[in-house]
Amino acid sequence: MKKLLALLLALLMLGCCAFAEDASTGDSSGDSAGDSAGASSGESAGVPAVEAKSEGVMTYAEYAAAALDAEVVIECYVQATQSWWDNKITVYAADQEGAYFLYELACSQEDAAKLVPGAKIKVTGYKGAWADEVEVMDATFEFVEGGINYIAEPVDLTAVLGTDELINFQNQLAIFKGMTVKAIEFKNGEPGDDIYVTLTLGEAEYSFCVERYLTGPETEVYAAVSALQAGDVVDVTGFVYWYYGVNTHITAVAAAQ
Amino acid sequence: MLALLLALCLLLSGCHGGVRRAAYTLPSDFDTSREYEITFWAKTESNVTQANIYRQAAEAFHAIYPNITVNIKFYTDYGRIYQDVITNITTDSTPNVCITYPDHIATYLTGDNCVVPLDALLTDPRYGLGGSEVRFDAPTADELIPEFLDECMLEGHYYAVPYMRSTEVCYVNRTYVEKLGYTLPEVLTWDFVWEVSEAALAKDESGNYIVNGQPTLIPFIYKSTDNMMIQYLQQQGAGYSTPVGEVLLFNDDARAFLKEIASHVQSGAFSTFKISSYPANWLNAGQCIFAVDSTAGSTWMGSDAPLIDIDEDKMVSFETAVMMVPQVDPANPQMISQGPSICVFNKQDPQEVLASWLFVQYLLSNETQIAYASTEGYVPVTTKAQNDPAYQDYLSRSGEDNDLHYAVKLDATRLLIQHTDDTFTTPVFNGSTSLRDAAGQMIEETAKGVRRKKVIDDAFIDDLYAKMVSLYRLEESLPGPLPAGSIALLSGLGVTWVGIGAYVLIDHIRTQKRSKNR
Repeated sequence: MKKLLALLLALLMLGCCAFAEDASTGDSSGDSAGDSAGASSGESAGVPAVEAKSEGVMTYAEYAAAALDAEVVIECYVQATQSWWDNKITVYAADQEGAYFLYELACSQEDAAKLVPGAKIKVTGYKGAWADEVEVMDATFEFVEGGINYIAEPVDLTAVLGTDELINFQNQLAIFKGMTVKAIEFKNGEPGDDIYVTLTLGEAEYSFCVERYLTGPETEVYAAVSALQAGDVVDVTGFVYWYYGVNTHITAVAAAQ
Repeated sequence: MLALLLALCLLLSGCHGGVRRAAYTLPSDFDTSREYEITFWAKTESNVTQANIYRQAAEAFHAIYPNITVNIKFYTDYGRIYQDVITNITTDSTPNVCITYPDHIATYLTGDNCVVPLDALLTDPRYGLGGSEVRFDAPTADELIPEFLDECMLEGHYYAVPYMRSTEVCYVNRTYVEKLGYTLPEVLTWDFVWEVSEAALAKDESGNYIVNGQPTLIPFIYKSTDNMMIQYLQQQGAGYSTPVGEVLLFNDDARAFLKEIASHVQSGAFSTFKISSYPANWLNAGQCIFAVDSTAGSTWMGSDAPLIDIDEDKMVSFETAVMMVPQVDPANPQMISQGPSICVFNKQDPQEVLASWLFVQYLLSNETQIAYASTEGYVPVTTKAQNDPAYQDYLSRSGEDNDLHYAVKLDATRLLIQHTDDTFTTPVFNGSTSLRDAAGQMIEETAKGVRRKKVIDDAFIDDLYAKMVSLYRLEESLPGPLPAGSIALLSGLGVTWVGIGAYVLIDHIRTQKRSKNR
């Protein structure tokens, strides 16, 4: 009798809890539809083919001309990503005409793994500007199958540094040659977080940054920048990010050639 | 049978991943013959001085307890700490000590004995606050400010201790307000702020704003829109949530407030941090008149701010007034109490947890409290620190310099000390973080909606409410009939307890009968 009663009560509880669990979870579908292999087998070396935009997609010129807060639809190629977090990912992207900063794209962790350099995506969001950085925000994306695999070569903007023309290259991968290190400052005073880098060219000073969510402490560039000394002369590659003025996110550094 | 039921209850109530761990029991003695290495996840406001104070605390503590080494990991974002802790609960790699918010702890508690309840630790005569075996001058439990400690109570237990307290204030460009022909009242009201903000939008023939002579101006910028909504609803006496987590946020007062905000976004009088970036930068450039931000951001505010984030040549000279956030009823001001707290995570080794708790006490010592509070507009959480002559001396020297005694910072600090009784906190429950996010997101979505040429009417707000409920998974917390699952669970539990009672009763009667038959 005791055993039977115990079993009955336990089964009753089990059943109730299982039912409650079913009822409360509701729709938790999780997987995003339409995910597909991102980058196709295109070629990045040499002069890349320029792909025509799909129906309803803006050219870079149209995107650049769009007003702030306007809805934008673009096709672009992933150049780099910041670390995925909380179902969002920030992407540095480009096409053959210009570059884009895709701030906190809605993205599952599974899709984030497919956002490799060269992967082609179609992005729908809104154009915004935050501390003078023009970006696509509140955006969703889908992978575009069958496109080429485009990775931009850095453009030498040394001569443009300090001019009004530089803003036209916002978000592009660029190289700045013959820069002299003035100061290296770790956020919070020690390695682990962003590194603020002050470089000079002639008399002028420029702010650069090692963004930890792009190139964290485990990366070569983080170590290389950490080891720089005032007076070193370097060639610096990075994405031309803006934070109240140019604040390039460094992706590579080497002794000046 | 009871044991079986208990086991089933434990199994079914289950933890959210991670290792199942027994409840923490304070050891009778701290084993000083062993070495302990503990991790502390801390948060700074991109302020190296704060990071250095944490480092100094760890070193000083190590000097007192040479067998305890504290390794610090710095964050600049509470949200990242929260997400990382959740991830690490599932892999049983939580830190030992963590800066946190009570809202976050409510979620951590879904882990099985994951966070150490501090009730016994607070009052233990030997290892409790200021206990006889503590090797430094720690505050006693009575010296923790009760209002601040109460914020750390969840489900009837203290799962954290307060570390620092702050509130939001409005940093006002008094020079521009007066230039516009207004005089600042003793207490800001929403009506006043909206009126002056609209008046500031007048332009000259060349298209520049008359008040600042620049082509750019956003008169009113709010940093934390979750606080904006929460404080407004509190001041208005409107619903936000009940203490047990029933969501009341989606009400008509919130709706009216969103429409008001929309009208001022439309005119260009209002924006938010998420849309336009840091209020301090706009204020300091003479491009904002009312900048609402934490007292913990005070060193970035004003013409003489010791920390700046824009080119110096963009700074504009003006007088900064530090005022309470805008109020509905100036005779009954209400503002949020916020600021970091500290929790201790449970570990296999109770001695390691005790070592962690001793370090927490060091963070509450006067040395750390006064030093850290002085970095920003923070208030120490102990009367011991607040009444310390060194702290009183610090407060009395407002404006002596633009660094440690920066006037705006000390004005913000004093404002909180003087108005501690006017502060409030929101109920904490599993899901309160999501509700807070939804409160802020409603303002952000409304502001973006206006900028994206959407009409902000009842239909828009109805959709917005539905979107927030779905996005933040608040369906189960809305008022109304219980969901079927909850009804089934409660009914099942009720039937089970009735069954247990019946069994005990029958068993008791049988035993009595047997006794009588003997």
